[in-house]
Amino acid sequence: MPTPSKGPRLGGGPAHERLLLAGLATSLFEHDRITTTEAKAKRLRPLAERLVTFAKRGDLHARRRVLTVVRDKSVVHRLFTEVAPDMAQREGGYTRIVKIGPRKGDNAPMAVIELVREPLSAKKATVKEAESATRRAAADKKKADEAKPAAAPAAEVEATEVDDATVTPAEVQDAPTQDAPVQDAEVDDAPAKATD
Amino acid sequence: MAVPKRKTSRSNTRSRRANWKALPAVLTTCPRCSKPTPPHQACPSCGMYKGRHFAEAERTEHQA
Ligand SMILES: [Zn+2]
Repeated sequence: MPTPSKGPRLGGGPAHERLLLAGLATSLFEHDRITTTEAKAKRLRPLAERLVTFAKRGDLHARRRVLTVVRDKSVVHRLFTEVAPDMAQREGGYTRIVKIGPRKGDNAPMAVIELVREPLSAKKATVKEAESATRRAAADKKKADEAKPAAAPAAEVEATEVDDATVTPAEVQDAPTQDAPVQDAEVDDAPAKATD
Repeated sequence: MAVPKRKTSRSNTRSRRANWKALPAVLTTCPRCSKPTPPHQACPSCGMYKGRHFAEAERTEHQA
């Protein structure tokens, strides 16, 4: 849940900030990556990630909650059908902010905010994952190194199985609301297995 | 309304302004192209940051 921000709003007032962030969120879900100022990117992140969480839930109620912010139905459809399945394995951290140089006109610090849509297993190739892997390996000492390559493929198989089971959100729209927490629980289990 | 009683002397003005100092830009070396780049930022010369490429970050000499 995003912490309410203190201090001055973006733009002129609370309503202006809501509109600005709604526009930024719409553009982000339409184009997958947008260039904006650092301050706007930082304010957009909690809102965008909350909307992705709604999209992962996938039922009609969640869709209407998202539509209160992102007014464009085609963008919401794209978020629910194309973006949300990519995020199924991921527990938060749906967006990435990278700082780039200052803008020419007013020297404002700029940033790129993008949706993290690559699969979780491909993340191992990046530097951060490699660092955490070496840290884990150091903790498990030398014998764990031999066991880890054997364990990793098994975890991936488990993850894909869970993914196949849970991708039926369109049919359960009219089902009682208790279904949603159950689905979430299954999705939550998957990355936990994968990371072990 | 409070107003200054005395004109600020040239000496005071200058000693105040003598403390306005420009700091050197903090730069690190890009691990990929080994050109100077600001830390925690995509490299302006090659656009790489932590193994990912960001075309928006690239600047030519004239843009910088
Ligand atoms: Zn570089």
